[in-house]
Amino acid sequence: MELVYAVCVGFMSACGIFLMLRGHTFTLVIGLTLLSYAVNLFLFASGGLTIGAPAVLNGSENYADPLPQALVLTAIVIGFAMTAFAVILAMRGRSDLGNDHVDGTEPFDRLAAEEKS
Amino acid sequence: MSLFDHLVIFPVLIPFFVAVALLFPSLNNSLAKQRILTIAANILMVVVAFVLLLKVKDQGIQVYALGDWSAPFGIVLMADAFSVLMVCLSAILGLAVTMYASAGEDKNGAFFHPLIMFQLMGINGAFLTGDAFNLFVFFEILLIASYSLMMHGGGKQRIQASIHYVFLNLIGSSLFLFALGTLYGTLGTLNFADMADRIPLLSRNELLITKSGALLLLAVFGLKAAMLPLHFWLPKAYASTSAPVAALFAIMTKVGIYSIWRVHGVMFGDQAGELANIALPWLWPIALLTIAIGAISVLASQSLRVLCSNLVIVSVGTVLVTISLNTVQASTAGIYYLLHSTVACAAMFLLAGLIQQQRGKAEDRFVTARSMPQAGILGFIFALLAIGLIGMPPLSGFVGKALILQSVTKASQAIWIWPLILGAGLIALIALSRAGTSLFWRTTGENTSALKGHPIQYLAIGLLVAILPLMVIFGGAVSNYAQLAAEQLNAGLSLQQLNEVAK
Repeated sequence: MELVYAVCVGFMSACGIFLMLRGHTFTLVIGLTLLSYAVNLFLFASGGLTIGAPAVLNGSENYADPLPQALVLTAIVIGFAMTAFAVILAMRGRSDLGNDHVDGTEPFDRLAAEEKS
Repeated sequence: MSLFDHLVIFPVLIPFFVAVALLFPSLNNSLAKQRILTIAANILMVVVAFVLLLKVKDQGIQVYALGDWSAPFGIVLMADAFSVLMVCLSAILGLAVTMYASAGEDKNGAFFHPLIMFQLMGINGAFLTGDAFNLFVFFEILLIASYSLMMHGGGKQRIQASIHYVFLNLIGSSLFLFALGTLYGTLGTLNFADMADRIPLLSRNELLITKSGALLLLAVFGLKAAMLPLHFWLPKAYASTSAPVAALFAIMTKVGIYSIWRVHGVMFGDQAGELANIALPWLWPIALLTIAIGAISVLASQSLRVLCSNLVIVSVGTVLVTISLNTVQASTAGIYYLLHSTVACAAMFLLAGLIQQQRGKAEDRFVTARSMPQAGILGFIFALLAIGLIGMPPLSGFVGKALILQSVTKASQAIWIWPLILGAGLIALIALSRAGTSLFWRTTGENTSALKGHPIQYLAIGLLVAILPLMVIFGGAVSNYAQLAAEQLNAGLSLQQLNEVAK
């Protein structure tokens, strides 16, 4: 189980980082969302993975660590707010600057220019 | 329990309640009421911060367990000499900024005052928290307020600079969570004192994971502090936002530095067993390079606000050097210099706002323009601040730099630090004198239509400028206090001590 979980988290962060390295705000937002999903899963697993155990200390030997679940809840809320902000900012940037590149201007693409001429 | 016992949480609660109150319609509709309330709240915060400072000085470290749940199960706020000093600094800065903005800068967009209050809440919380996850939460509070403040008033320049700033910090926040998850996985706690206790007890196969988590944290804090490879966002962001916001942001880089000090200077400091001082081999070259690159950018700056942003980067490098020296004497010097540079840079940003306002289309760029209506007083303040920022006597910049140079004991370290710090001072001298001549003396004709500065704006700048000579006059008291802060910081605090203090 740990292996599958780790591979999933790793794959998701890799996709997120790949998308964030693009120069456009849209892909950046998608990448950021993927990365925040990955980080939430990662935090959730940071207390160790347990199956069929309650997340409270009810006197039994077998329980899941409750703290990461609290952390993940906080992280989800904050991540959601930040993503919403990023989307609005990206839209504002698109309308104010006329394109969705993070630098505000499309970089000069020589190959495309040669093809046109 | 009297109200006095709850003093530690007041610097977080006051801005929070004031910000929420400001959002209610009766206050939100009237800018005049908002101004009065925020300025009053900021004066109250300065008072509270100084009372707390005296209390910590007399009675030692104050620990506040929220809901009386003892650490590590509950959340604690911890006020030691260093964190209280930073809270005082942010309170004074907050007061100056709200006073300056009340002259009209807050009219350019909605919700300026509540945002400033939320920002101050985040900053104070980050200084006072004794728990790594709450550090993250307070970071997010101050960041989301700063995102909105940064583009307050709108405009293409600001939006474009904000896109870089916001997305970089969002990525930083994700990395912060990765680092916290890693550290929690091996240490099983996020309370600073408890973490410091458990780091020396780690088993061999957990060392590498913990180390990677700790260094990931260094990268995250480095992004906030604008240390070398992560500093590219700063000049554009600070130079394109409005003057009061830029002045308040002068303390934001210090939040990053403060966290590096807490986590990498103390938690992974001398007592950390196998992981002792893991960040120092990285910090040392990075700090020196930050000074060097910052100084070069200072020379290349084309406007006063960009120049000042680059001076912020130089000051970040200078403080990081004192962290990497890792002695009580160096930390003392670093804390003194941190105070000085934050105040001086903030005042310079406010002054740049007035200069920009009075020069019309030339703004604060170093070009020939019509002369400013209040050039005399602006020039006088500029000269004072320049002396402070360069580090010439008689202002506090000189004392700060002298203390830093004095704290370097090994010749192998002095060889690098002395020339870099003195060289950066020389470069600042050249750049600031060039800036002053082109702003104040290369003029053609009179500008009569320009807006004059409001008295309250001068009062705000005067408040900050007055601190520089005061830090020299009361230099003994300030440096003694800085030494107390450095000693408390270096000694660290175990969980047992923490819980004893909390009782």
